[in-house]
Amino acid sequence: MKLETDLKQLAADVVRRATAGGATAAEAVAREGESFSTVVRLGQVESLQEAGSRALGVRVFFGQRAASTYTSDFSPEGVEQLVSGALALARVTSEDPHSGLPEPEQLGAFSGDLDLYSDDVNALAPAERIAYARRAEAAALAVDPRISNSEGGSFDASSGRHALANSHGFLGEYRRSYCSVAAVPIAQANGGAMQRDYWYSVSRSLKKLDSPEEVGRIAAQRTLRRLGARKVATARVPVVFDPFVARSILGNLFEAASGDAIYRSASFLAGKLGERIAAENVTVVDDGTLPGGLGSSPFDDEGVPTRRTVVVERGVLRSYLLNSYTAKKLGLSTTGNASRGLAGTPGIGPGNFSLQPGTKSPQELIAGVPDGLYVTEFLGHGVNLVTGDFSRGASGLWIQNGELAYPVEEITVAGNLRDMLQNISEIASDLDFRGSIAAPTLRIDGLTVAGE
Amino acid sequence: MDQDKRKFFFERFGLTERDLERYLSAALSAGGDYADLYFEYLTSTSISVDESLVKSASQGVSAGCGIRVISGERTGYAHTDDLAPEKILHAARTAGLIASGPSKVPVEGFKEKSARELYPVAAADADVPAKVALAMRADRAARAADPRITQVRASYAEEMRRILIVGSDGTLASDFQPLARMSVLCIAQANGNTVRGSSGGGGRVEIGFFLKEKTPEHFAAEAARQALLQLDAREAPAGEMPVVLGPGWPGVLLHEAVGHGLEADFNRKKTSAFAGLQGQRVASDKCTVVDNGTLPSRRGSLNVDDEGSPTQNTVLIEKGILKGYLADKLSARLMGMADTGNGRRESYECIPMPRMTNTYMLAGEDSPADIIRSVQRGIYAANFGGGQVDITNGKFVFSASEAYLIEDGVVTAPLKNCSLIGNGPDVLTRVSMVGHDLELDEGVGTCGKDGQSVPVGVGIPTLKVDRMTVGGTAPNADPGFLRG
Repeated sequence: MKLETDLKQLAADVVRRATAGGATAAEAVAREGESFSTVVRLGQVESLQEAGSRALGVRVFFGQRAASTYTSDFSPEGVEQLVSGALALARVTSEDPHSGLPEPEQLGAFSGDLDLYSDDVNALAPAERIAYARRAEAAALAVDPRISNSEGGSFDASSGRHALANSHGFLGEYRRSYCSVAAVPIAQANGGAMQRDYWYSVSRSLKKLDSPEEVGRIAAQRTLRRLGARKVATARVPVVFDPFVARSILGNLFEAASGDAIYRSASFLAGKLGERIAAENVTVVDDGTLPGGLGSSPFDDEGVPTRRTVVVERGVLRSYLLNSYTAKKLGLSTTGNASRGLAGTPGIGPGNFSLQPGTKSPQELIAGVPDGLYVTEFLGHGVNLVTGDFSRGASGLWIQNGELAYPVEEITVAGNLRDMLQNISEIASDLDFRGSIAAPTLRIDGLTVAGE
Repeated sequence: MDQDKRKFFFERFGLTERDLERYLSAALSAGGDYADLYFEYLTSTSISVDESLVKSASQGVSAGCGIRVISGERTGYAHTDDLAPEKILHAARTAGLIASGPSKVPVEGFKEKSARELYPVAAADADVPAKVALAMRADRAARAADPRITQVRASYAEEMRRILIVGSDGTLASDFQPLARMSVLCIAQANGNTVRGSSGGGGRVEIGFFLKEKTPEHFAAEAARQALLQLDAREAPAGEMPVVLGPGWPGVLLHEAVGHGLEADFNRKKTSAFAGLQGQRVASDKCTVVDNGTLPSRRGSLNVDDEGSPTQNTVLIEKGILKGYLADKLSARLMGMADTGNGRRESYECIPMPRMTNTYMLAGEDSPADIIRSVQRGIYAANFGGGQVDITNGKFVFSASEAYLIEDGVVTAPLKNCSLIGNGPDVLTRVSMVGHDLELDEGVGTCGKDGQSVPVGVGIPTLKVDRMTVGGTAPNADPGFLRG
């Protein structure tokens, strides 16, 4: 039996020491967790990693000046240095009229059961964990003789506890577990170019994890369909994005609607609250209270309860995503989206952020395109959230007469996010969370595909 | 010198050579070919000025030990942030579970090789107010550059990484690795148009570098220039065309197009598009590409890599012929090649793997002006954001943050941000001109691989790629694209 650190007590103690040292307010976070990771390649265990880690961070205020420190040293001397370092560092920062902790009445925790921790992840024996990775890879290798090589199957498991305390009286802790299984097969046909793709499943409980066999099989299918990919002529055509890449566009929307970008005018959505920013079929919700959600937690990293926020309602921007600082800057209320690392001021993080599904199947969306592109992977980072300019490397399949005809690669997809959101002409029904941000298959018109 | 570095760990954590031998023995208690311990003590400071206020100042310490056991192609790894002997022993035995067989005994007595001294090692935690002053200077200079600059964020971040590495082959190495960087981000607004520009740089340097060589005003002026330029930018073209890359940071092309594909792990597993191309032509004969970890003070430089091996200057491509891979200890042993000192890791929590240091192309003989003049219609890309590569099919992409049209041999209108995409194994065969103006980047690069980030450098002289796909929004066929 392992002795667990009392994280709540530790965080509360750090807050107490900080205020005793002269801070007018303080907030402390304490984390402890363990993780396991293994890769099986060509049937053999390639790596096995196990570790425990912990960290402690504090943010102190002197009136409206703030500073923060963090450490991995939980010894009394380590904690002492953490607090005295933060108190000293606060002398160099500026008075910022909007800084400070959330108001006491804003603090609290979502009261329902969020189903964030499952014992089955921790209880799984190492040999079983390795078997998950091995089974995922074996399933991929078995699909077709053209699956000629592999970067392996993998299984990851972790669990951790997270405590937060502040001098406005907040004290909370929660525990989360996490597991994932993935396969990365490589295919080659007739000495042609190799192709690689992957698939994975991730969950807070083993019970809800897709079977390794299914993960391996989908990974193999995604890889095989890329064989023989070619470039295409440059054209302006309808583009259908599979959920995996649609999610990435939704991630851009999340960042563009984040308070940090808004108050600096560093987003194409700045000042657009209440305006029509997307097609009428677009409704986007952030929900930090989804049971079992990968973005769920009872309270955010400032001790504000998480909630469900409608961000875009039938194309109209209804809410930004805010922590208490950005809310004050904009004259609004926090949406419980504070997210902090160990150091620095809190940023903005998603709960479970998703584009609400439509009714058609993905096949029906594809069937509606006479000549266009189906994107299954983005490459690179070419998105400018200030201007909305969007230009990313892509690969996928060409759609001819409503059917997937042949694989394409070494192309780019470009447009501007302002127009792209307005030009979402179809949204499919296949919403599926594989992270804290999710979107169904969607179609956007008017994009430029650059190739030859 | 190295004695002092080693002493840091011995004194701070009460370690002795006997302890280290004991931990290595525990790691090899179930067999295995090799074991090593990586002790890390990292301190960092970061200051951020936003809206002319010092909104954030933070400092942190993270320390721990990572233990690795290699058995054939298998790697076992465990780490602990508690450096009590029983915790390290527990981690060592956990890492050792990967092996099965009779226990091995590490060689007796550690040998520390003499290493280079490529960067200063003075205590990095001195004088926080001086670092705040740097960020404030950058903020003032950017705002003063032009009334259209409406928002500025300036930051200064530095760290000092102290490491001690011991291996069961007798390796003993220690190093203090400073790393500092300034960043400036500007928002400019005019006529209802909002745009951004950014700049930054640094290296394994002390604060004096930012007072004398690259001042806050230098980075501020560059960020402001980048932003203002975008106010007049027009749609970038779409399709294949000649691309001229400016000197310096556009060298990220090499990092993505060939660098990753030449990391030995991918070639050992034959998952790289470059697998089996050793000795073959992969570039025009004007191209010689090296990975050099031994440049003084550079962001990608190291005295020793994260396995304790001295870094080197490794020729990857010589006059167009593929000559070498980047190796760590594991790939060197399994592939029967020399360890090139490229075993790197993000922190004690991570398994080392082959990574780049500073990757650049040697200067050629063409004049940059002649290179531009040779292009009738194409783009000149002077600066980039990040890039990415699929090492298996070789496709890579990188995003131009500062680019211009070239019309009839003259650089004309600035363009909106756009990505460029190409194929690693053949893009360099289309390099027809190489300038004499080699530059390395200003010290901004961070490379990600398997979730691990490490600082790197890149560089190129001005060079011309005859044909590459430019990912703008204005198709070639659109007659409006040249006239906007």
